[in-house]
Amino acid sequence: MLVEIRIHGRGGQGGVTSAELIAISAIHQGKYAQAFPSFGPERRGAPVQAFARISDSRIRTREKIYNPDVILVLDASLPKIVKVTQGLNEDGIAILNTSYSEKEVREMLGGYKGKLALLDATKIALEVLGLPITNTTMLGAFIKATGLVDLEAMKDALRERFGRLADKNIAALERAIAETKIY
Amino acid sequence: MGKRVAKEVSIAVADAVAQCRVDVISAYPITPQTHIVEHLAELVNNGELDAEYIPVESEHAAMSACIGAAAAGARTFTSTSSQGLLFMYENLPIASAFRLPIVMVIANRSISAPISIWNDHSDVMTTRDFGWIQTFAENGQEAVDLVYHAYRVAEKCLLPVAVNLDGFIVTHVVEPIEMLDQELVDKYLPPLKMKYKLDPKKPITMGAIGVPEIYTEAKKALDEAVKASYKMVVQAWKEFEKISGRRYQPVETYRMEDAEVAMVIMGSLAETACNAVDELRAKGKKVGLIRFRLWRPFPMQDFLKAIGRVKALCVVDRAVSHASTGGPVGIEVRSALYQSNKRPRVVNFIAGLSGRDVTKDDFIELFERTFEAISKKPKFSYEIYGVKE
Repeated sequence: MLVEIRIHGRGGQGGVTSAELIAISAIHQGKYAQAFPSFGPERRGAPVQAFARISDSRIRTREKIYNPDVILVLDASLPKIVKVTQGLNEDGIAILNTSYSEKEVREMLGGYKGKLALLDATKIALEVLGLPITNTTMLGAFIKATGLVDLEAMKDALRERFGRLADKNIAALERAIAETKIY
Repeated sequence: MGKRVAKEVSIAVADAVAQCRVDVISAYPITPQTHIVEHLAELVNNGELDAEYIPVESEHAAMSACIGAAAAGARTFTSTSSQGLLFMYENLPIASAFRLPIVMVIANRSISAPISIWNDHSDVMTTRDFGWIQTFAENGQEAVDLVYHAYRVAEKCLLPVAVNLDGFIVTHVVEPIEMLDQELVDKYLPPLKMKYKLDPKKPITMGAIGVPEIYTEAKKALDEAVKASYKMVVQAWKEFEKISGRRYQPVETYRMEDAEVAMVIMGSLAETACNAVDELRAKGKKVGLIRFRLWRPFPMQDFLKAIGRVKALCVVDRAVSHASTGGPVGIEVRSALYQSNKRPRVVNFIAGLSGRDVTKDDFIELFERTFEAISKKPKFSYEIYGVKE
């Protein structure tokens, strides 16, 4: 089965890295995956997207992703300015970094009725990493909410990517798994 | 079995180039460029690759440096895109005329104006007549494999090879790729030994004037060499299959058995187009797909064999040849057909310019329009598809 993922962040927040880490973990587990940025000039601070696909069989397409099954929102301020649920499949799931309640988030998303996973990732990132960069923390929410990649594969991918900084990111990821709420 | 890695294709391509034990890499590192040369610079800087990395001031100089290095007998590499390739332009025919086994990866992108960094085949199509061997990859795996193949072919034929892969939609994608083990690469690519090279102890001249009495003969000699390279291109793929288990041929076909309409395409959009073929086949439509992996030398016989008894060909070009009779592939295909007795209807679309997404549904529409064209001849010789009115 092919699962398509869209990640919303702001330029410089590591959305592309998140997409890549998802794909790398999936591939290391023996699955097939793609990760790619929204192609174009990089713009720090501007709303940007990154994408991933995961499948049990070879992925044979170069299309963009229009109807994702999963959306992952790294930046808590984005839902107010971007329609992050655009094109999301009816039975898909929206995973958001937020400090708001389920009810407030559903309202913010324009009466969104689908599956939801919420995590105050900014708080965790500030406490564990000392930075408001939530890309690796939100990967914990992604794992908890979707089960699409194994925690161990993700830990390996983080170690490969971040070297000595991996431990802190893994700590944030594990706390995220514990604290993510699914609705 | 080689190692299965999860990498951005550009990085994997750079790793493959390093595995080929290049001696000299010369590149202009600024836009339009990819991670390919950036990663090679890292490998050289970290001491992981024993090569000379020459960061030059322009693509024109990059090709000049490659020409100089290759003329001295070095295994060379460069990579560029878009305007970068165009800035390299006047040196490209010199590389082939000097019979230098330079390998270049072109991350195919559109050309200005308007300024664009997105994918199509506008850049490489301006260079198709220069006597470079040109191959096109469908995905990351093929891009890596075509790099190994390029060195094998270049050094056997003494001709430069351009490996083309789609900018962004291949170069910037992380996907699974199986790298060849180093010992197999070494077996496939013995050290380069050039019979004629620039050597102060044994001086020769390269690039002397070609007066009218010899210029024609020089061009004829190059033309024969490029034509003759076909055999080696195929041979090198056969040898590659033995060590990797992956089979490549000049023209790839997909579900062409009993096909009535075939799409003809190059590069990675063939992947998406295959899904359109599957969907139409499931509805009983007899469609197939033909993909050129080898573009120069043009594999005419393979192509004529591949089309079987189709009633119509839907040629999807990724570049415009303004006010001509078609897109570059369309023109080539029509010309090849004229040398055979086959006369399928050729419907030529130009699609996916500058990264405009071409979806499975778009390909289905192109197939449907080609079916219509069987009974009703289109009024256009080519059409730029998907233009917003």
